[in-house]
Amino acid sequence: MSLRITLVTAARILRQLLNDRRTVALILAVPALILALISAIMDGSPQMFDRVGLILLAVFPFTIMFLLTSITMQRERAAGTLERLMTTPTAKLDLIGGYAIAFGLCAAVQTGVAATVAYLWLGLDTVGSAWLVALIAIVTSVFGMALGLLVSAFAATEFQAVQFMPVLIVPQIFLCGLIWPREEMAGWLQGVSDALPLTYSVEALQEVQTATEVTAAMLRDLGIIAGAAVVATVLGAATLRRRTG
Amino acid sequence: MPPDSPTVSVEHLVVERGHRTVLLDVSTSIPAGAVTGLLGPSGSGKTTLMRSIVGTQKVKSGTVTVLGEPAGSKPLRRRVAYVTQDASIYPDLSVKSNVSYFAALCGRSKEDAMAAIDAVGMHDHANQLAGNLSGGQKTRTSLACALVCEPEVLVLDEPTVGLDPVIREELWNHFHDLAAAGKTVLVSSHVMDEADRCDRLLLLREGRFIADDTPGDLRASTGTDNLESAFLHLIRELEKAG
Ligand SMILES: Nc1ncnc2c1ncn2[C@@H]1O[C@H](COP(=O)(O)OP(=O)(O)OP(=O)(O)O)[C@@H](O)[C@H]1O
Ligand SMILES: [Mg+2]
Repeated sequence: MSLRITLVTAARILRQLLNDRRTVALILAVPALILALISAIMDGSPQMFDRVGLILLAVFPFTIMFLLTSITMQRERAAGTLERLMTTPTAKLDLIGGYAIAFGLCAAVQTGVAATVAYLWLGLDTVGSAWLVALIAIVTSVFGMALGLLVSAFAATEFQAVQFMPVLIVPQIFLCGLIWPREEMAGWLQGVSDALPLTYSVEALQEVQTATEVTAAMLRDLGIIAGAAVVATVLGAATLRRRTG
Repeated sequence: MPPDSPTVSVEHLVVERGHRTVLLDVSTSIPAGAVTGLLGPSGSGKTTLMRSIVGTQKVKSGTVTVLGEPAGSKPLRRRVAYVTQDASIYPDLSVKSNVSYFAALCGRSKEDAMAAIDAVGMHDHANQLAGNLSGGQKTRTSLACALVCEPEVLVLDEPTVGLDPVIREELWNHFHDLAAAGKTVLVSSHVMDEADRCDRLLLLREGRFIADDTPGDLRASTGTDNLESAFLHLIRELEKAG
């Protein structure tokens, strides 16, 4: 592994992204616009927006980093650039690290814009710090990136890569407590929800909602989501093969 | 490594791809300081052999040694460069960004990247997005991404397909300059008029070598005056022999 090659790779991925101005504009603007829409819908119930808007701050970068990574990585495999990279001094971890840095930065900027809009204009209110919210959102997005990396190995086309979203991402969003409180779900659904990493991001965010300080539960949740990101990355790395058939 | 041992040595290589044996007990060696041509009909296994040499192909048995190390091993990755048959570059990056990226991976500078872009005649398109290039321009950009690392061993899979005679001439001269500087150049092609530009020819057919000779000797031994006829002659002989 080489820090220089990791950074060079991250810079290349960011440059690819920046060359696609429309995607950049969509990545930055869409979450803020949807938050504005939701806040308008929930106009009569600010405490409802405090709950939903806050969760969305983590759900957006999670979903978008999944999509970006699965599609870019699928292209990298299909276009032969992955095979080519495997003949250069690039180590697998350099490539994965490059993706994590590039898309992690991207998630940070996206979260920054969305959180600024939510806190300053839409009246989002949390007892704990907005910085903690951003940290949770970014760690969650890295998990999304790792899932995308893993999925790219099983997608023969970009279209298939996108189709993995309803399989891997949507159930997590439905069961994490965003659309319905977890406590009110049937027991077996709560069990499934307990097994899905996004649930712990939401739990951590709800801690920030009510506590001024960093709590033990918050740290435990962050640890779980970071652990899930590491596991998904290791599995994803195992699908990057230097030699193929 | 002793001075005159071959750069690449392939011994009893067997490769299976999707239940089909694509290379059947292939052995050869490729020296430094020459342009070696790998010729053969479509599907004969040229790309498979090249992938085995750069270490991206799973092999069933046999060994491939490059510069004294097992093919694809870590120390070789700065010393060997591979240009795939289809241009493997990033369509959403400019020519310059593409070549600069591969330059940076092997520790070369932006200036080196510009020199490689000049060498393949892509100077006027340096800022164009690779996705908008013509087929031949993509091929040349892909080539520049390998040349920029000044590798000791250059493995080029049909690098001159779709190029006009002028640029083809320039590239072949470039390959010979590299060979004259002591590098090892392996070029595949199925265009026989290019075979004449190689110092040595390996003819592959259905996963086996059917000839290993200089272009001149090959013409002489088959009693033909061009390589196309020589190749056809060899194949007919083989078919007659069953
Ligand atoms: N990914 C793969 N899976 C299964 N079989 C493959 C795969 N790639 C190639 N083959 C088969 O292996 C054989 C050799 O292919 P290879 O690409 O090495 O031929 P080639 O000599 O490079 O041909 P061409 O001149 O058309 O590029 C062919 O029969 C091909 O169908
Ligand atoms: Mg081929």
